This record gives sequence, C-alpha cells and structure tokens, in this order.
Amino acid sequence: MSLLEVEKIHTYYGDSHILFDVSLHVEEGELVALLGRNGSGKTTTMKTLMGVLKPRAGTIRFAGKPIAGLPAYEVARRGVQLVPDERRIVPSITVEENLKLAALTAPQAWTLGRIYELFPRLEQRRRNMGRALSGGEQQMLAIARALIRDARLILLDEPFEGLAPIIVQNLIATTKLLAEQGRTIVIVEQNVRAALALAHRCYILSKGHVIYDGTPQALQREPELMHRYLGV
Amino acid sequence: MNWHLLIAQLLNGLALGSILALVALGLTITFGLLGLVNFAHGVFFMVGAYAGLVTFERTNSFALALLAGALVVLALGIVVERVLIRLFYRRPPEDQILVTFGLAIVIVEIVRAIFGGKTQLFPMPPWGMGATNLGFLVYPNYRLQVIVIAAITLTAIYLVLYKTRLGLIVRAGIDDSLIVNILGIDVTKTLLAVFVIGAMVAGFSGVIDAPIVAVDPDMGASVLVESFVVVVIGGLGSFTGSIAGGIIAGEIISITTIWAPDYAQVMLYLAMALVLILRPQGLFGTEGRL
Repeated sequence: MSLLEVEKIHTYYGDSHILFDVSLHVEEGELVALLGRNGSGKTTTMKTLMGVLKPRAGTIRFAGKPIAGLPAYEVARRGVQLVPDERRIVPSITVEENLKLAALTAPQAWTLGRIYELFPRLEQRRRNMGRALSGGEQQMLAIARALIRDARLILLDEPFEGLAPIIVQNLIATTKLLAEQGRTIVIVEQNVRAALALAHRCYILSKGHVIYDGTPQALQREPELMHRYLGV
Repeated sequence: MNWHLLIAQLLNGLALGSILALVALGLTITFGLLGLVNFAHGVFFMVGAYAGLVTFERTNSFALALLAGALVVLALGIVVERVLIRLFYRRPPEDQILVTFGLAIVIVEIVRAIFGGKTQLFPMPPWGMGATNLGFLVYPNYRLQVIVIAAITLTAIYLVLYKTRLGLIVRAGIDDSLIVNILGIDVTKTLLAVFVIGAMVAGFSGVIDAPIVAVDPDMGASVLVESFVVVVIGGLGSFTGSIAGGIIAGEIISITTIWAPDYAQVMLYLAMALVLILRPQGLFGTEGRL
C-alpha cells in the first residue's frame, strides 16, 4: 500500500476545470517531483492534496484512509503538510511563535531545540517578526513549520523560487538530508535540474493531465519530452 | 482659558478614550479575524449598561453591576453568535451589515419596550463620589477610577492575546487564517470565543461608562460610530491601534469641547479623514489587508 494514493481527481477553480483525471502515488520514504510548465496544474494538485481545494471527483487516500473533501486542518492533523509557494509566514507574530503555532495540534511535535539545530539561523532570528525575515529565512521557517509537526508527508511547493543560488544550495542540502532520513516528500519546482537531482521519481503534468511517470534517469534519456513539456 | 481646564479635559479625554478603546477592541478583533462588520456591537454596550443598572438598583453593589453587565452580555453574545452571526461569516459584508444593523434595531426596541425610552440616571457608586485634589486641580474620583479599571481590563486582554494559545491563534488568524488552517488548527472553533469575549468587554464598558453618561436605549449608537472611527484610526485588527486610536479619539472630542462643543464630532471625522489620506491602513494597521 502506498502512503499516498491519488485516483482520477478532477479539481476546479470556480467554473474552470484545472485537473483532469490526475492519478499518482507516493511510497513511504520516497521523494517525488511534480514537473511541468506554468499553469500545468502543479500547485493546484498540491492544494488539492492538502485539502485547500476540494476535488469534484476522484479519491485521495493517505495512509490507507480517504482524505479527499476533508478540511485542510484535518488533513494536516493526519500528517500531510503543505509548504506553500507563497510561504505564508505569519507576519505579525515572531519566528518562534510561528513555530509554536505550527506545533499546537501536532501529535508528536519536535522540540524547538531540534528545529534550531537544523536551522541555526532561525534561532538567531527567533524573536523577530515574521515580516522581518528575508526570502531564504522565510523558506527555512516554512519548512521548519512542517518539520516541527513531524509531518509524514511534506508537500514542498516551489521551495527554491526567487532565492539566491547560495541559499538554494543550502535548501537542496536540507531537502536531501530529510529524504535520506526517510521523510516522504513531494516537490514542485521550476528548477528542473535541482528537482531531478533530488527526486527518486517524477511526474510531468501538462494542462492538468499526468503525461509522464518515471525515474529522473529515464526522463533524461528523453530530451524531446524534456524540451516539449519542461522547456529544457 | 486656564490650563487647569485643559488638564481636566485631557483627563476626561483619557477616560472617554479608554472606554472607546475597550469597545473598539471587540470590533477590531472580530473584524480582523472573522471579517465581520458588527453593527450590533454598540447594543452590547447598551445592554450591559441596563443589566448593570437593574443590578445596582437591587443590590446597591457596583461590583455586582459590573459582573451582571459582563455576564448578561456574555450570554447574549453566545445566543446571537450561535443563532444568527455564525451563518453570516462567509456572506458578503453588505449582508453582514444588514443583519447586524437589523439585530441592533430589534434589541434596542426590546429594551425600549421593557425599560421605556427615557434617559435614566445611573447612580454613582459610593466610592466613586467626591473628588481628588491633585494639587493644581480638583478632579472627580470616578473618572480616575474609570481610567484605572480600563487599564486593568486592557492588561487582561493583552495577557489573553499575547500569552495564551487562544491569543496566538487569534493573532495569527487575523493575519492569515488560511495558513493557520493548513497548520492543523480549526480557526472557526475560536470564532465563538472571540465574538463572545468582545461582546462581554463591550457590556462591561457599558456599565463603567453609565454613571458618567446616564442610560438610554440609544446610547450604543454613538459609541458604536466612535468606535468604528477608533478602528479606522488605529488600524484593523491591531491591539495597540485600538488603544492609541481610542485615546486619540477621546482627546480630540474632549479638547474640541473646550472651545466648540458642537464641533467635537466634526474634528473626530476630520482626524479620521486625515489618517485615511496619509496612512490608509491606520496608525498600527498592516498594509494590504482586506
């Protein structure tokens, strides 16, 4: 049984049909990349998995139980955690309060100490307001919020977007570390090279359809596919 | 003009301002967290004053009157939220304004039917009578006590907002309720608590203010309007903004009253207009909300 099983979901934004018959699965301990051009439905998929958007049809099973249609807070309590592309750090509470807020409903929350060990920069900034953080610090905090909840499945939506190369290198190393420790991760990333270097397996989305499922190695042997759907 | 009068009016402004701050806090937090424009908030103030009046006449205890004002409005707040307001959280603001405005009319008329429309004096509690000689000025005790009671209440609200789990969720929810949900917290569970605490504080403030202004069924209306001005000046959803805005509004009204009582309200709206032009998000508000 896969940790996450998505079967034939259809998601709409108001009246516009965004996801068509999307099926995918993620195994425990796997790092899966969702690739595709802008507007292909990657973020919509992530939001649907989190329960922020409700699919009109199809099923989503997490750890064997159906979660499609559950509110986001319920999905989060079961161990799925979206790290949204806008990061959404709460601006007028401190870094530490952002972490405490995230830990409130986690059954087995990490200690702050464990978070600060992984992200020493957040400890230095712990009394600063969320709005005072740089982009890289915000992204660290966004990932740290998922970790302090000890989420079984982390959904990273464009974690490297708009960050300086040195910070991206750091975040890639952190992501790799988490994957090596056996954490299950789905990553959406425009930076195809980085995503392929990290992922065990990848999907390509195009206009709301899944059009590819395979390993990064297999995908790299298909330059025509990479060019047409990923622009590389 | 002598400066004793000016200082007396400054203190009056502080007393008025602290009451406005208390009422505005309920408004600004319900608005910030729920997006709810509550035109019935002034009614909580008025019902609190009547509950206090009835209790004070029977028991002669101002402490019991304060308790009654808070508890009666707490109960009213629970009923109103569960039966009516709850259904309007996701409706557009114009629906919320209509329903809360209508609710206010209904409650005001019920109170008028029971107690009559006449203004009733709320007797000053015995400890509030008399005046204190500040050396340069003899100032009524009760208004000084109002300032102290309001300061204690504001401190209590501060502790709830900044030192408790509920407070953390409320502050975060005012900024971004979606991410709070994504982090596993059902924000709607806090809505009742927030609405009811806001109502209770308004009811309590009604009792505190009653010995100064006397009690009538329409007393909530002007307080409501002034509290909205406080919210605009201070910034939506901001604790500090409510206090600063309350004191600024209280002082503007008091100081203008020295020279031109008729223009006190005009000056208040001028100040609001000025804030809206120079800093539309309010003195302590965050940009880009709404």
